[in-house]
Amino acid sequence: MFPAAFDYTAPGALDEVLSLLSQHGDDAKVLAGGQSLIPLLKLRFAAPVILVDIGRVDGLEGIRRENGHVRIGARTRHRDVESATELRGTLDVLLDAAPLISDPLIRNMGTVGGSICHADPAGDWGAVMLAVGAEFVVKSASGERVLPAAGFFEGPFTTGLRSDEVMTEIRIPVGSGRSGGTYLKLERKVGDFASVATAVHVVLGGDGRIAAAGIGLCAVGAHSIKATAAEAALVGQAPSDELIAEAARLAGDAAEPKADIRGSAEYKRDVARVFVQRGLHTAINRAQGATA
Amino acid sequence: MAVDTTEAAAAARQAMGGIGVSLARKEDARFLHGQGHYVDDVVLPGMLHMVIVRSPHAHARIKGIDSSAAMAVPGVIAVVTGELLAQHKLAWMPTLSGDTQAVLATDKVRFQGQEVACVIAETKYIAEDAAALVSVDYEPLQAVTTPQQAIAPGAPVIRDEKEGQTDNKIYHWEAGDKEATDAAFARATKVVSLETFYPRCHPSPLETCGCVADLDPVTGNATIYMTSQAPHAHRTLFAIVAGLPEEKIRIISPDLGGGFGNKVPIYPGYVVATAASLLIGRPVKWIEDRTDNLISTGFARDYYMDGSVAIDENGKFIGLRVNLLSDNGAFFADAQPSKFKAGLFHIVTGSYDIPAAHIVANGAYTNKAPGGVAYRCSFRVTEASYFIERLVESAAVELGQDPVTTRLNNFIQPEAFPYTSASGFEYDSGDYPAAMKVALDMLGYDELRKEQAEKRARGELMGIGVASFTEVVGAGKGKDYDIAGLRMFDSAELRIHPTGKGILKLGVKSQGQGHETTFAQIVAEELGIPASDIEVREGDTDNTPFGLGTYASRSTPVGGAATAIVARKLRDKGKLIAAHLFEADVADIEFDHGKYNVKGSPDNVKTIQDIAFAAYTNLPDGLEAGLEGVTYYDPPNMTFPFGTYLVVVDIDKGTGQVKVRRMVAVDDCGVRINPMIVEGQIHGGLTEGFGIAFMELITFDDEGNCIGSNFMDYLIPTAWETPRFELGQTVTPSPHHPIGAKGVGESATVGSPAAYVNAVIDALSHLGITNIDMPITSDKVWAALRSKGVTE
Repeated sequence: MFPAAFDYTAPGALDEVLSLLSQHGDDAKVLAGGQSLIPLLKLRFAAPVILVDIGRVDGLEGIRRENGHVRIGARTRHRDVESATELRGTLDVLLDAAPLISDPLIRNMGTVGGSICHADPAGDWGAVMLAVGAEFVVKSASGERVLPAAGFFEGPFTTGLRSDEVMTEIRIPVGSGRSGGTYLKLERKVGDFASVATAVHVVLGGDGRIAAAGIGLCAVGAHSIKATAAEAALVGQAPSDELIAEAARLAGDAAEPKADIRGSAEYKRDVARVFVQRGLHTAINRAQGATA
Repeated sequence: MAVDTTEAAAAARQAMGGIGVSLARKEDARFLHGQGHYVDDVVLPGMLHMVIVRSPHAHARIKGIDSSAAMAVPGVIAVVTGELLAQHKLAWMPTLSGDTQAVLATDKVRFQGQEVACVIAETKYIAEDAAALVSVDYEPLQAVTTPQQAIAPGAPVIRDEKEGQTDNKIYHWEAGDKEATDAAFARATKVVSLETFYPRCHPSPLETCGCVADLDPVTGNATIYMTSQAPHAHRTLFAIVAGLPEEKIRIISPDLGGGFGNKVPIYPGYVVATAASLLIGRPVKWIEDRTDNLISTGFARDYYMDGSVAIDENGKFIGLRVNLLSDNGAFFADAQPSKFKAGLFHIVTGSYDIPAAHIVANGAYTNKAPGGVAYRCSFRVTEASYFIERLVESAAVELGQDPVTTRLNNFIQPEAFPYTSASGFEYDSGDYPAAMKVALDMLGYDELRKEQAEKRARGELMGIGVASFTEVVGAGKGKDYDIAGLRMFDSAELRIHPTGKGILKLGVKSQGQGHETTFAQIVAEELGIPASDIEVREGDTDNTPFGLGTYASRSTPVGGAATAIVARKLRDKGKLIAAHLFEADVADIEFDHGKYNVKGSPDNVKTIQDIAFAAYTNLPDGLEAGLEGVTYYDPPNMTFPFGTYLVVVDIDKGTGQVKVRRMVAVDDCGVRINPMIVEGQIHGGLTEGFGIAFMELITFDDEGNCIGSNFMDYLIPTAWETPRFELGQTVTPSPHHPIGAKGVGESATVGSPAAYVNAVIDALSHLGITNIDMPITSDKVWAALRSKGVTE
């Protein structure tokens, strides 16, 4: 549990960070909250030559609403999302997910962007971002890109982020319709990664029909999964128990779980189905109760 | 002796901090301020650091070890291999069960995580870096990962280095009366059977094991700071294993961050660090990391149990049969009395009057870490209690009875004590129906059964679990119980100084149990010296009398008895001094809670403090000076604590998740010395029982790779998931213990797993689900439900 030797630097400006990343490439690793990276270092699963700590770079934290988006600085702590009660009614799923991330110690240190870039298939934010249709702003010495969450997660700990890039912001589009959502997580104990978790976000139109639906699945595949068939089945429909059950079934089918110590593939798929079913009921109830 | 229960005596006890007072723990101030002093806090001048290179294979032949790259790292002092140890006849060591264990592997590795080499360097970081550079050439062999595989014909022989060992069998052991048991089954009207597995779990003390070995090249003195629950026994074993002169060995076991049996065995790391310090001439520190601790040190259970109870036409149990198969890992390294190969499993008749019982136990080697009796368990009592309480649950289902009724019908009755069990134990005292009644009343049992029936009608799953355990703890007597030949007595040395304050030195060793408080309270009770004036010392073999240490709930039954008796010796000597001061006949001297007087003159008193001062200043002719004594206590029998635990659970049909709604625990451990500390012990045990029932598991894949080698995979409960506990008590004193106390440290870990599991089975038995092995994870419950067509 003692890491291999590494160099450490904590630049005060983003430009310096980007310059170091372009200089060191794969030998460098960005340190944000450190809640995933430090254990990997201690286990010697990761042995970067240099750690670039972004903790002293200004402008990477905070949650604000601007131009039809909720914008979350990439270094915003999980704890700050947990306490962003102004998101209730707009992005319920974020508020429900945040307190289920690990334990308070980790939420105080761990960052939203760090967790997304780490791309643990059992990380909570990936499924949430897929459900709400987020975009990720990433920067490098050669410029800025905006990557949609859908397609960002490519495999275990693998994303569309290049080794010379750092994520700076998460943008979530929020419209004027009535919306509701929730995050349900099966964990073996507090602080555990999800055995299965599901993120659900729905927007109701003025006619009471489902105008938009997002469903993200966590820990049931090589990466966070967007249950697109289930989403499509919901859009344009009036909510009903049968519709929800069918969408949940489709979401379960979208899962690609593997058997492990947490349970069989069948188990995880079925829990994904059960959770999406429960989650959709909650989300639609919340949206129906919400004022636009 | 029964404790004086008058009001005046109670007031005196409160002032003194005597028996029955929930005195705040004297040791807590330093622990709560982060000022405890643990082995890893020991820093000595010139101290080196040791890291162990472990086997990645479960079973492989070692073809060569190349340590040249490691030796080339600046700051590396030595790389110790089995070959080097063999030159000093230290490559193998004896185990506490009379087997041998590799200190560092020479011929083969026999489990993943086995010690292969040790790197000793100036810093821990350098040692870690260099350990990664030790290159070991392995030829992998087929791994044997279950005892069933191990005893099957043709299985690879794991211990092929042992002369005459041609298979993987360790022992075959029987207890009880086979003929009488067969006869009982022949006349039974009903036979109920259960096959179950108590999985491999781990004590997981928050402080891992480690040592600092300091062999002084000038004096030849060996001072070894180590995480030891039994420092005196370890000193003797060190003398035997390492060939060091025992008078030169000093074991110091400082504050321990939990033990639970994990710190009873001698581990290879201790031996290599000591040998390295001897060879290098500098102190060597070795501290396990969490993975080291989980994959290589004394685990618990891994016990396959199947058996049956024979029941007559009146619903009475008349016979019990149990077959056991234990997975002992690569070396038979259990710590247990040498007479009993399966520990004290034969307590399996439990709280029930079962006239005939027969137990057959077999042990097997596998390619897994050695150990097997650790984890807050008096030598396999945990497995026995679990089995009988699960079997009684099955019997109740088969008989169509409430599980409470089945128990009440078969309990050993209060008037039957002392009771001799079919497997030969003499139970000292008990009142099982009384503990059951207290528990049922606390829970509101009948109301909950009504609620359960209503919920079941709606398709909701709720269960109520019952377990009424009886333990056997507090070994010896020494004639029957030993560790590696050392008889299981224990000791207390009490020195009262001239100012009336004193030091109590013990052969046992606290790992968090609160000995500094509890044992001072016994002295307070017996001598009338306030507990705050008694300093309790343990863990330093140079400064405490020889004892067998703390495990198997034996400190209060044995060390506590020794404390009471040595205090009484001093009390009696005090009478001689009082007679001298009063110029009276010693036969006329009375003593009451710290005050001596002459019969008939109760107002003219000499306090124990007056007497202590006189012991050094004003003695009668012919009496030795001082007020000091030492006692070695060999108990006449074990103690038999018991209790009833009730658990209520609700089960989520969609996910299989089990929520423990309530947990009522009624314990009877005889007289409680410090009730708060007893309750703390019970809370800890109930929490660990919860962990075992629902979370904790060390598992292995088919190649023998250990899955569960850190706290992300090996789950231990935190306050978040642990249920709220509701505690109750009855008090049935032990008739043979000087203060009527029984051991309690392990009761809740022993008794509670069956209560939790029985609650789950009670919620599911109407569906035809009769058993789910621990840990009861949500996926197992889901699978059981789906197999019966239950879904959301």
